Amino acid sequence: MSDPTPTPGLDLDAIREFGPYLQYARDMRVDTGVEPDRMVKTHCCFCGQQCGMQLKVKDNAVVGVEPWYDFPFNKGMMCPKGIKRYLQQSHPDRLLHAYKKDASAPSGFSEMGYDEAIGRVAAEIDRIQAEHGPDAFAILSGASLTTEKTYLMGKFAHMALKTSNIDYNGRLCMVSAAAGNKKSFGVDRAANPWSDILGADVVWISGANVAECAPITTNYVWQAREHGAKVIVADPRITPIARTCDLFLPVKPGRDTALFNGVLHLMIEHDWLDHDFIEAHTVGFDALTESVRQWTPRLTAEVTGVAEKSIRQAAEWWGQASTSFLMHARGIEHHSRGVQNVMSAINIVLASGRIGREHCGYGTITGQANGQGGREHGQKCDQLPGGRDLGNPEHRAYVAGVWGIEPEELPQPGVDAYEIIRKIDQGEIKGLLSVCFNPVVSLPDNNFVRQALEKLDFFVAIDFFMSATSRYADVVLPGSLQEEDEGTVTQLEGRVIKINPAVDPPGEARQDWRIIQDIARALGRERGLTFAGPREMFEELRVASKGYTNDYSGITWERVEDNYGVFWPCPSETPDGVPEPGPQGTVRLFEPGSWNPIAQGAGPFYFPDGRARFNVTEYVGPTEDVDDAYPVILTTGRVVSQFLSGNQTRRIGPLVDHYPEPKIEMHPHLARQLGIADGDWATAESRRGNCTLRAQVVKTIRPDTVFIPYHWAGRKSANQLTISAQDPISKIPEYKVCAVRVTRAEAPPAYETKLQPQQ
Amino acid sequence: MPVPETLEFFIDPARCIGCQACVQACAECDTHRGQSMIQLDFVDRARSTQTAPVVCMHCDSPTCAEVCPADAIKRTEDGVVHSARKPRCIACNNCVLACPFGVPKMDTEAQLMMKCNLCYDRTSVGLKPMCASVCPSQALAFGTREEMARLRPNARPVNTFQFGAQTITTKVNLMVPADNVDWVDVTAAMHEPTVTHDLLDDVFGGDLYLDLLPDAVPLPDRPAQA
Repeated sequence: MSDPTPTPGLDLDAIREFGPYLQYARDMRVDTGVEPDRMVKTHCCFCGQQCGMQLKVKDNAVVGVEPWYDFPFNKGMMCPKGIKRYLQQSHPDRLLHAYKKDASAPSGFSEMGYDEAIGRVAAEIDRIQAEHGPDAFAILSGASLTTEKTYLMGKFAHMALKTSNIDYNGRLCMVSAAAGNKKSFGVDRAANPWSDILGADVVWISGANVAECAPITTNYVWQAREHGAKVIVADPRITPIARTCDLFLPVKPGRDTALFNGVLHLMIEHDWLDHDFIEAHTVGFDALTESVRQWTPRLTAEVTGVAEKSIRQAAEWWGQASTSFLMHARGIEHHSRGVQNVMSAINIVLASGRIGREHCGYGTITGQANGQGGREHGQKCDQLPGGRDLGNPEHRAYVAGVWGIEPEELPQPGVDAYEIIRKIDQGEIKGLLSVCFNPVVSLPDNNFVRQALEKLDFFVAIDFFMSATSRYADVVLPGSLQEEDEGTVTQLEGRVIKINPAVDPPGEARQDWRIIQDIARALGRERGLTFAGPREMFEELRVASKGYTNDYSGITWERVEDNYGVFWPCPSETPDGVPEPGPQGTVRLFEPGSWNPIAQGAGPFYFPDGRARFNVTEYVGPTEDVDDAYPVILTTGRVVSQFLSGNQTRRIGPLVDHYPEPKIEMHPHLARQLGIADGDWATAESRRGNCTLRAQVVKTIRPDTVFIPYHWAGRKSANQLTISAQDPISKIPEYKVCAVRVTRAEAPPAYETKLQPQQ
Repeated sequence: MPVPETLEFFIDPARCIGCQACVQACAECDTHRGQSMIQLDFVDRARSTQTAPVVCMHCDSPTCAEVCPADAIKRTEDGVVHSARKPRCIACNNCVLACPFGVPKMDTEAQLMMKCNLCYDRTSVGLKPMCASVCPSQALAFGTREEMARLRPNARPVNTFQFGAQTITTKVNLMVPADNVDWVDVTAAMHEPTVTHDLLDDVFGGDLYLDLLPDAVPLPDRPAQA
C-alpha cells in the first residue's frame, strides 16, 4: 500500500510555530510563595463526568488546581487530565491571532487581522451560498462547547445560514446511546443519578473502560461492591475495572447484542422476570421473547466467545438481583449496529423491572464534556432546541415562533457528520466552518477525510490550538478555551452545571459565540444573533426548550449554582395536580406516577401511552469481519492521560510523559505467532490504511484482537485503519471493530526520528 | 498545628486503577510543588493491569530516621515522618537502602532525600493530602476510622507489618479483608507456594475460545485447559 499523503503541518516548521510544545509547570505555577488572586469554582474541560474543581488564578493566568470537596458528584476526586488541565492555559501554542493559508510561509500560515478574517469568511459564505445554494455551506460543531454555544450554532446554521448541513462530533460518540434510549424510553438521558449505583446488588458494565475513560465512576462501583454488589464487566480487554470484577465476560468485539439476547433468553427460561412491571409499563415483550428463543447459551457462547458457564452465571446474578445498575459506553455503541446493542442492553433492564427506583438504574457514560447537553438543543442535523425534531411541522412552528421567523424559513433536516465529508468529496458541499471538531484525527478512514477536505472551496476553522484539521483551513479564527468563557453544560447524569470564567482570552482571541455573531453581522444576517452573552442565550433556550422532552424552562443559572446543578427535565410550570420538580429538578427519570409532556400522565415513560418499548434486536455481525487476508480484529479506544483527538492533552507535558506514544496491544499468543516481541515495531494494516507502532504484548486482551488508542494525528493515527461503516439509525461509525493484518515492521517508521514524540 | 489525631490514611491497592491521578496531584501540593513523591508501578504489565501506589507509611519507629547518620529525618509528634532537613542531609543514601517499604528517594541534584510528608501543609490544617483527595478509585483515602468502617464494612485497616524479625507499626493503614489476620507478614508471603498456572489462561485460554479462532490465526501451543 502506498504511503498516504502527509498531513499538512506535520513537519518541523509547522511544529515550531504551532506545536505541540510540551508545557510543564514553571515560574508562578511552582512558586509556593504565590498567593492566587482568586479561586474559581468550575468544572473540568474534558470528559462527560464534569468533575467540580477550583482553578487558582493569578494575574489573568491559571496557575494551579485545588479540589472542590463540596461538589457532590466527585467530592474533590479528579483524574490526571483534570489535575493538569490548567497547563493548557497560557500555553505557547495558543492561537493569538487569525491566520490565513499562505504557501510562502514556512509553517503554511501567516497572521491576518481579526476583522479582515471575519470579512473574508463572510464574503466566502455569501459567494458559495449564492453560487451553489444555502446547503453548499456546512458546519461541523462539537459537544465540548457549552450548551449556550451549541444552541447558538444550531440557530446560526438554521436561521442565519439556512443550511441543512450542520452536525456535530457527538455523532462519533453518543448517538447510538441517544437513539437507543429514544426508541426504548422515548427520552435520551441517563435514567438515574450516579448515587443510585450505591446500593445496587449487581453492577453491569458493558463496553466501558471506566477506569481510564470515566475514572471517578470507579469509586461509585467499588463503593457499591464494599456493600456486597457483584460487578460484571463485559469487554474484550481486562481493563483496570475488569481486573477485580466478580465476573468478566471477554466478549468478542461486535457481538454485544448476541450477549444480551443470550442473557434475556436465560431470564425468560428461568422466569427471572418482573411480570407486573412488564405488564403495566411496557409493550413488545412477546415479540422479543420469540426473537431470543434461538439464543441458547450454546449459540451465545459460540457467537460471543464468552464461556457458556459465564453467560449462565451473569444471567443468574442479573436475573435474581433485587436492585441493579447497568451502564455502558462506546464499547457497545461504536458499531454499525450500535443502536441494536444499546436496545438489547435496555431490554434486560426492562425485563428485570429494575428502573425508575432507588438503586435500580441504567445509564450511558457520556464521553465529552457536554456530550449530553450538546446533543439536545439543535446542532444535530435533524434537531431543534429542546430535543425537538427539525422534520416535525409542530416543532418547527414552535421554534420558529420563538425565533420570530416563519417555519418555512427553516431548512429541512440535513445529513450526519460523515455524510457531510462525503458530500464535500462529491463536490456538493463547497464550504465548511468547523469549531470544536478535529475530524482529521477523530473520524474513521481519515485518509479519505483528508482527501475530501482538500477539495473544499473554502474552509474556516475556529480553534484555540492549531489542530490537525485546522491545518487544512483557509482561515483560522482564534477561539476560546473553556476557562475563558462561561455557560452551562449537562453532565452524564443529566445534571445542568455552570462553567465559570477564570481568565480572559489572550491576544485577538475571543469567545466562540462572539466570533459566530461577528460572522453573522458581517453577513448582514445578524437577526436573532445579537446576544450580549451566554446568559441571554440560556434565557432564550429556556423558552425554546419549553414544553418538550428536554425541558430547561425552569432552570436558571442561579438555581444551578445554588443546588450543585439541576437535572432536566425541569419545566417552569406543570399542569394542575402535577407537583413541580424539587430544587434539583428531575433527579431520577421514570419514577412510578411521574408526569412527562409526552405521556401526559399515562405512565412514566416518554411515549403517548407512557409505556417503555421492548425492541426486537436481531443480531447482525460487524460490517467487516476477519478473513484470510485480514485475520485479526482491531478495536480502538482511549488511555487515561489523553483526551479525544489530543489537540489539548498532547500539549501538556506531564500527560504526554504518562503515555507518550500509541502502542499496538496484543496477546502473547498472537505476538508469538507473528514473531513480534514486546517493544518491537509492528505494522497494522487494514483495507484503508496502515500504521506502524510499537507492540505492547500483554495477556489482558483477547488473542484474536488488537487494540490501538486513537488520540494521535498523522501516521500514528489509529483512524487511518478504521472503517467508515455507520449504524443505519444513529450514523455512528464502527470504531470498535474492523479487520486488520499485523506484521513485524522491517524498520522503524519514518516519523520516528523526524517528529516530536507526541505528534 | 499537628495533623488531627482522628484523621488517618488508608491504602487499598485492590482498588487501584493505575490512573496516576495521585502522581500528578502530588506534584501540585505546595509542600513539594512540581515534584511528585508517589511511586505508582505496574506489578507485571505483561500479565495484568494491576498497579500499586506507594506512599510513605509513616512508621512509628522510622527505620529511615534510625539509620540516618546525620539525624536529618524528623518525625513530628503527630506521627508524620518528614523529608530530610536540607542543612543536615549528607545524601548518604542510608535511608533509601534501609526503608523496608522502599519509599525515600535521593534527589541527587539537590543532594537531598525527599519523600512523602503526608502533604503536611494541607493535613496540618485539616485538609486531605492531594493524592487521597483526588484518587478516583479511593485506593488512597483519608478520613476517620469510623467513616472507613461505615463505607467499607467488609474490610478493616491494619498497620502492623512483619519483615522477618522486624515488626513495624505505621501511621498509614492498609485495608485488608475483615476476616484476615491482624498483621501483614511480608517476608512469609515470599515463601507461599505459587499458583501453578497463569490465571489469565483461564480467561483467554479455554477450549471454547480456541475453537472460535479463525483458521488464519492458529496458536502454536494450546495451553492446557484449566
